[in-house]
Amino acid sequence: MTNSIGEIKDCDYMLVIGSNTTETHPIISIEMRKALKNGATLVVADPRKTEIAELAKVHVPLKPGANIPLVMTMCNVIIEEGLYDKEFVTNRTEGFDELKEATAAFTPEAYAGVIGVSADTIREIARGFAKANNAAIFYTMGITQHTSGTTNVLAIANLSMLTGQIGKPSSGVNPLRGQNNVQGACDMGGLPNVFPGYQAVTDPANIEKFTRAWGVQQSEKVGLTVGEMMDAAHHGDLKALYILGENPMLSDPDISHVEKALDNLEFLVVQDLFLTETAMLADVVLPGASFAEKDGTFSNTERRVQRVRKAVEPVAGKADWEVISEVLTMMGYPHEYCSASDVFNEMVSITPQYAGMSFARLDQGGLQWPCPTADHPGTKYLHEGKFSRGLGKFTAVDFEPPAELPDEEYPFVLNTGRRLYHYHTGTMTRRAKGLNTIYSEETIEINPADACSLEVGDGDTVKVSSRRGSIMAKANVTKRVPQGMVFTSFHFSEVAVNFLTNTARDPIAKIPELKVAAVKVEKIS
Amino acid sequence: MADINLTINGQKVTVPEGITVLEAAKQIGIDIPTFCYEKGLTAPGACRICVVEIKGWRNLPPSCITTVAQGMEVETESPAVVEARKTILELLVANHPLDCLSCEKSGNCKLQDYSYRYGVASQTRFEGEKHEFGIDDSNPYIYRDLNKCILCGKCVATCRAVSDRNVLDFAYRGFNTKIATFMDTDLKDSTCVYCNRCVAICPVGAIVDKTMMGKGRGWELEKKEVTCTFCDSGCKFDVNYKDGKFMGVTAKSPDQGRPLCLKGRLGIELIYNPDKSELPLINKDGEFVETSWEEALGIAPIIEKLTAQKK
Repeated sequence: MTNSIGEIKDCDYMLVIGSNTTETHPIISIEMRKALKNGATLVVADPRKTEIAELAKVHVPLKPGANIPLVMTMCNVIIEEGLYDKEFVTNRTEGFDELKEATAAFTPEAYAGVIGVSADTIREIARGFAKANNAAIFYTMGITQHTSGTTNVLAIANLSMLTGQIGKPSSGVNPLRGQNNVQGACDMGGLPNVFPGYQAVTDPANIEKFTRAWGVQQSEKVGLTVGEMMDAAHHGDLKALYILGENPMLSDPDISHVEKALDNLEFLVVQDLFLTETAMLADVVLPGASFAEKDGTFSNTERRVQRVRKAVEPVAGKADWEVISEVLTMMGYPHEYCSASDVFNEMVSITPQYAGMSFARLDQGGLQWPCPTADHPGTKYLHEGKFSRGLGKFTAVDFEPPAELPDEEYPFVLNTGRRLYHYHTGTMTRRAKGLNTIYSEETIEINPADACSLEVGDGDTVKVSSRRGSIMAKANVTKRVPQGMVFTSFHFSEVAVNFLTNTARDPIAKIPELKVAAVKVEKIS
Repeated sequence: MADINLTINGQKVTVPEGITVLEAAKQIGIDIPTFCYEKGLTAPGACRICVVEIKGWRNLPPSCITTVAQGMEVETESPAVVEARKTILELLVANHPLDCLSCEKSGNCKLQDYSYRYGVASQTRFEGEKHEFGIDDSNPYIYRDLNKCILCGKCVATCRAVSDRNVLDFAYRGFNTKIATFMDTDLKDSTCVYCNRCVAICPVGAIVDKTMMGKGRGWELEKKEVTCTFCDSGCKFDVNYKDGKFMGVTAKSPDQGRPLCLKGRLGIELIYNPDKSELPLINKDGEFVETSWEEALGIAPIIEKLTAQKK
């Protein structure tokens, strides 16, 4: 998030795209409700009529994958009507002419049908966004889990810079992270192309810096993303994997492909709290430690680094960092770590954004990066006065439809997501007795019109198939999903929807298109 | 801000302007009973258990909403005050299921504590009709027995403090007044998400944490406070142990205006889940065999194979 969670209540215009906020980020949605109470306008773009969509002044029932048309037509209106922030565009950005040219074809009339709302509605929300004092964009996987994921994000950046709705309190671009520490994992270089602090592995200066810091020669080669690893394992190019706290046998697209890939490995280590579907394929399973069993830090969606404190001794005897550290030592890594703060001190020394942090400071409360010096208070919102690269660059983007669209044989679009009561692959929440009582069975959401033509009643068992596999589940006949779409979550192994999803990836970020796959639906009983 | 000089129980005290008599008394270690007052929430001044006597005042004002004034002379346990409190307690006890023997709240119940303090016994002067509400046992997390409710309203206030949550409110009138969800349904059929703010705040046994029922008396449990770090709210939880054994996690207090939620409690529940592997496992011909850390980490396969792949 370029803004902070506490700033949300002061937004006066919120554009929420591809986020089922009340279910996936309930605490953030409480802040949005506060903003609504303060008189803010809420616009939600989502194919489904979610709870947050019900709260909106305008719900854009976006056709699957039509993010670029929506954002680019908004830019078109804003430029055509001269509503853009001329001062901001002149002083803080470059490439405006290219953007103007790219948006020329995106008239609301030309794309209203592609988007799924009237041209007037597009004009209305474009004007509202541009004229608002503090407009903020919130998005999650509805934007990113597409073959056009990267261009979708670039388009959102265009919109925010065009209107000067960034770099100030309660106004900016806010991707909501799905886990308590996914931000931290990225910050620490849990990506194939960067060292900690987003320092590129391709830069010789960084190679030298990290080789010196770690005492081990670093490679300038960009590594593989998760999807690419599965492909490589499939081809036999990748031979060993060490998976920590992740369950690709439920969470990754095309599970049959994942299974073959993992089976093909010569050696698989899985470190997890429970014997997950993925752990079942492992050669060695190492017990993980839950958050109350270890010391360390979590970095949340608002870039806030917070201490996590050990409340109980690890049941398995070792915290995760100890296990990793011991494996490192046995593999010949020259440095040994004595404590979590020892690890944190190293993080701080090599990550410029964290440079001013320490356990002592974090004990007084969380700090938001960038926090470059020991007396820096941390940063509430990003890009004030200047972007990281200097001038903000507009990018001319074009519309690419999703990789797999419905056809005669597979006439439905399958959309996937999450439920309020469960978390990810259910490894933890399915074992929480109460939650599993409240929400114990997954269903497939289907529109009443479609259910009628298939003669499917609420609670009937249906078989949903794609080119990659099929699953069975009970139908939940509901107007929440539009006609032509079915929806379910990936929390339940009994309804493992990722048997159906497409591995087609965004060419840059390599994120799979989990939001759009073509499927057919058959009634079983 | 100007300082205010007043006397409480004969003791001279200087406090900042604008605070209440209740807060002033607390500053010098005088405990005035409260039911409906909760710091950080709106003080309705409804339950009257906190009444005090102030020299020159005609009535007994509730100390939680009476602000201090220059030269005030306050008595917090005068005969008139004690009589008033006793009467309030007798009225409450007269319509309360006195099953303290097995009540989950026993030992941690304000009604019980104050009855003991003021010598109110189970047979009162006011025997009459008693409530016969059904028990709400509809969900896995919160057990509601409204027969024990004293209508202090703190659950309503704390629920309302979360924007648009508003699951609870007062319903019906007079003797029939009760705390209810919209359309007076069970919690299961309401918009409640079991954050347990109301459980944390209920002064009696009307709303209790179902997951802790029967697991130990308040005084038997050893509590260790943890701060949840799932989000930036920083809510406090108690990890409860009995004889060194983990018993459960209870919501302590929501941070200022912040919600508690299920996540923190459940996260800790998982530590002791029976499914959790406590030892490393090695896959031997399709069977997972438990092994020691030393063996798992020391065995040739991990090290050799990972090293071999390193190239």
